[in-house]
Amino acid sequence: MTLPILELAGLRKSFGELEILTGIDLKVTKGELAFVIGPSGSGKSTMLRCCNLLERPTSGAVMLEGRNIAASGVRLDPVRRRIGMVFQSFNLYPHLDALGNVSLALRKSLKLPRAEAAERAAAALERVGLAERARHHPAQLSGGQQQRVAIARAMALEPAVMLFDEPTSALDPELVGEVLAVMRELREAGMTMVVVSHEMRFAREAADRVIFMDQGAIVEQGTAEEIFGAPKSSRLQAFLARQAA
Amino acid sequence: MDFSDAFLNATVLQKYAPSILSGVWVTLYLSAIIVVAGTALGLILACIRACGWKAVNFVIIVYADILRALPPLVLILIAYFGLPGVGVLWSSNLVLFIVLTLILAAFAEEIFWAGITSVGKGQWEASRSTGLGFAQTLFWVVLPQGVRMGLPPLTNRAIAVTKMTALGSVIGVPDILNQATTAQSFSGNASPLTLAALAYVALFLPFVLLARWLETRFAWKRT
Repeated sequence: MTLPILELAGLRKSFGELEILTGIDLKVTKGELAFVIGPSGSGKSTMLRCCNLLERPTSGAVMLEGRNIAASGVRLDPVRRRIGMVFQSFNLYPHLDALGNVSLALRKSLKLPRAEAAERAAAALERVGLAERARHHPAQLSGGQQQRVAIARAMALEPAVMLFDEPTSALDPELVGEVLAVMRELREAGMTMVVVSHEMRFAREAADRVIFMDQGAIVEQGTAEEIFGAPKSSRLQAFLARQAA
Repeated sequence: MDFSDAFLNATVLQKYAPSILSGVWVTLYLSAIIVVAGTALGLILACIRACGWKAVNFVIIVYADILRALPPLVLILIAYFGLPGVGVLWSSNLVLFIVLTLILAAFAEEIFWAGITSVGKGQWEASRSTGLGFAQTLFWVVLPQGVRMGLPPLTNRAIAVTKMTALGSVIGVPDILNQATTAQSFSGNASPLTLAALAYVALFLPFVLLARWLETRFAWKRT
């Protein structure tokens, strides 16, 4: 079996008295698209945010390419360059144009020279189909375009894995397709991805594995056919019934 | 004596115009270095406050609150007449510069801090998730947005504080007002004060207009 790129082991997270994650074990292998579903409040986003230590787990390990990055003393900035993240609300920098948004980390974190960073950023924008919007500021872009810039920003660093936190939830329905198309293309290019989303159709079509979370734990996981076609647990059955309704 | 003779006596104006002009340079020079030093110090304090060290932040907050609460004239008089008692002999220009710089810094710190806190958590997270450090995120992502938001109030506050250079006249700073009041007492005529008022308008009106322009211009486009 191939070594997992990303592995969560015994991951727990509490906010005060409230335990949000009650022990998560998850392995994501290279090139895999792991799709996380579950009711709101089930801990999906918290789990995702623990993967790049935006939330520090209360206990447990986050292994990236075989190294526990949740251990104390690990310098997080270089680690985070290996983990791209795409947010529900895009979080583009409003004072920079699309090219500036994508190239900032290339210049300041990877320390690439300005010209090389611009070149790589332009290539990333090209891949998400926004080459001609490079000089537009976020306010001049549609929601779908903004999210594609955000994907380009994460992708340009050539991460080992990309995390998507409800990437289409803030979008008007007619703009969802263009973002999913970019994600589909990323997957075809072999990017390892962990996606938290409610886009069940995309999960059916693109996910290698679907993970169902409820109340801070992974309840059930399997291929899309297994999860959607033959759900075993009553909680998953109830969740899917609510989604269909 | 009619109005024009009391306020716009040509002979008096002519005689004292050079000394008031020399006061213009003093006011201009002091204002410029106070704005630069006060804004810079305020920005540095706001950045330090963003680091979130509780004890340090407490000191900054106490500093900002006290300096914003005290009438500037009180501080100027205390510094000018009190410090020699402990062996610190500062010129009146230096006292005015230091006191007004510290006051502007207190206001600027609060304005920049408000700007920094107005930048959403998502901006910090996006930046940190791409491997930028805390200082890099502050400098490249948060400050450009926060400072921009603070520019209109900061311009207004800078005008208010630099106008206070006129308070220097009570400790002998040879600024516009000091030159004018001296000329007024020698000539027994208020025309030098009129000239001083005109000089202040000429100096500060452009900045008032700049502040007005910034306020309309920086209504930030957001999505």
